[in-house]
Amino acid sequence: MDEARTTAEAIFRRESGRIIATLIRISGSFDRAEEAMQEAFASALTTWPEKGVPDNPGAWITAVAHRKIVDQARRERTRREKQEPLQYEIPTVQRPEAETMFEDQENNMYPDDRLRLIFTCCHPALNPEAQIALTLRTLGGLQTPEIARAFLIPEPTLAQRLVRAKRKIAEARIPYEVPNGQAISERLRAVQSVIYLIFNEGYAATSGDALVRRELCSEAIRLGRMLCQLMPREPENFGLLALMLLHDSRRNTRMDPMGRLVILEEQDRASWDREEIHEGQEALERAMELRRPGSYQLQAAIAALHAEAATSKETDWRQITALYRELLRIEPSPVVALNHAVAVAMSDGYASGLKRIEQLGASGELQDYHLFHAARADLLRRLGRNTEAENAYNRALELATNKVEQDFLKSRLQQLRD
Amino acid sequence: MRYMLLIYTREDALAERSQEELQQTMDAHWNLIDETRRKGICEGVEPLARTSTATTVRVQDGKPIITDGPFAETREQLAGYYILNCKDLDEAISYAARIPTCCGGTKGSIEIRPLPGLPQRDCVPHQGPELSVAHNG
Repeated sequence: MDEARTTAEAIFRRESGRIIATLIRISGSFDRAEEAMQEAFASALTTWPEKGVPDNPGAWITAVAHRKIVDQARRERTRREKQEPLQYEIPTVQRPEAETMFEDQENNMYPDDRLRLIFTCCHPALNPEAQIALTLRTLGGLQTPEIARAFLIPEPTLAQRLVRAKRKIAEARIPYEVPNGQAISERLRAVQSVIYLIFNEGYAATSGDALVRRELCSEAIRLGRMLCQLMPREPENFGLLALMLLHDSRRNTRMDPMGRLVILEEQDRASWDREEIHEGQEALERAMELRRPGSYQLQAAIAALHAEAATSKETDWRQITALYRELLRIEPSPVVALNHAVAVAMSDGYASGLKRIEQLGASGELQDYHLFHAARADLLRRLGRNTEAENAYNRALELATNKVEQDFLKSRLQQLRD
Repeated sequence: MRYMLLIYTREDALAERSQEELQQTMDAHWNLIDETRRKGICEGVEPLARTSTATTVRVQDGKPIITDGPFAETREQLAGYYILNCKDLDEAISYAARIPTCCGGTKGSIEIRPLPGLPQRDCVPHQGPELSVAHNG
């Protein structure tokens, strides 16, 4: 029994996304698919201890759930034929997939429907919170309570969000298809951005349940790998995966044992996750072979240069500056401009970087952004202009909202005064 | 699935348009109307008269209260609609993107609403009818 349960849990984690994607196609409904999958997992827990775990447990679950959907469709049709038409029911066109006779083959291969599922979950007609929740719930193998905890929202709120999203998909008939033609590139960007949002939610240095946040990062990376596998001709998919892996490789060194923030320059590079760095580098190389640069690839290239520097002094800031310049060209934003200015400071000298930062500050757009003041303070500190640095740190501290960053800024202020 | 595409525009921006722009707008509408009619998916299309002609009726204590103009002072006004029978939301979106809003200008938007059809007679609408993709074919 325990072995069956452990296997079932592992299968759920690893394969529920693929299983549910197939079942939604077959049944034409998120709710029916979820219900059938749950029942199939329940069957597994009673059948497997007796008959042994099948060779391909994922296919077994899919097949059993498929049969349940077919049975239910038949029962419903019989009931409809006997009864008066149901209230609110619109003439039904039966789905051919659900009607096909079920072949009792455990290992029959179902086509991979996860791509259409992720495009449906990330459809722009759903609001962003719903896109994230639905993606994690269906493709991520996370349960509603886990997602609610990760996003610090009450469980009923999240459940309501999911219900509303699923209802809109059904009632407005959001297609269960990979978009074609000119829509694809824009829609793919939406999918990438949902995955990256999930990653960032897990990566942000906020307080909260560290374990749950780690889960979000690994889910996002898993989704990123899936997207690469399913759309291997799209360089930004690999760029995104590389970016997430390279950031995640530093996860364990971003905080000291007391939970205090450790900046990149001071992190213990020996503790960076070599495997993740390696996979990230490979993904980035793969992306670059496709010769269509993009924002994720550029950001990943910057992260790779940090990962490859044996010490912070050996960082190739000149190259990083060039990459930020390119990023600024294709995706101009004040925050990218700020990062570019910091890179200039590190490659051409603190004074020229500070000059750029002051120019940015004059435009007013970054005045309320705590990292603008923190970056400015840092350069003033390095230039020995301590009084000005102290003022800038104080301004950053006023604007910072998260405890970990506030503590970091306070410790910097303390160092200046000592 | 039938969708209603509601056209919201800024009526006040209409006056700023040249004769040529107005002509372009109508041409774009006629293109879309001809195409959707040819495909047999156009089930209705019509402009609405300006909101200055609108009358609002509300019932208070069993008596109708009549007021001049639209109920709410909104920035954009309902100016017309299309009813199109589309395969799915993506197809409806692709037509909506081609509807000129406010005479070729960008001051306007299209709201897409599915038309679920009339309920059975003698049926009291309840909250959130259980519709699934399979049910409405």
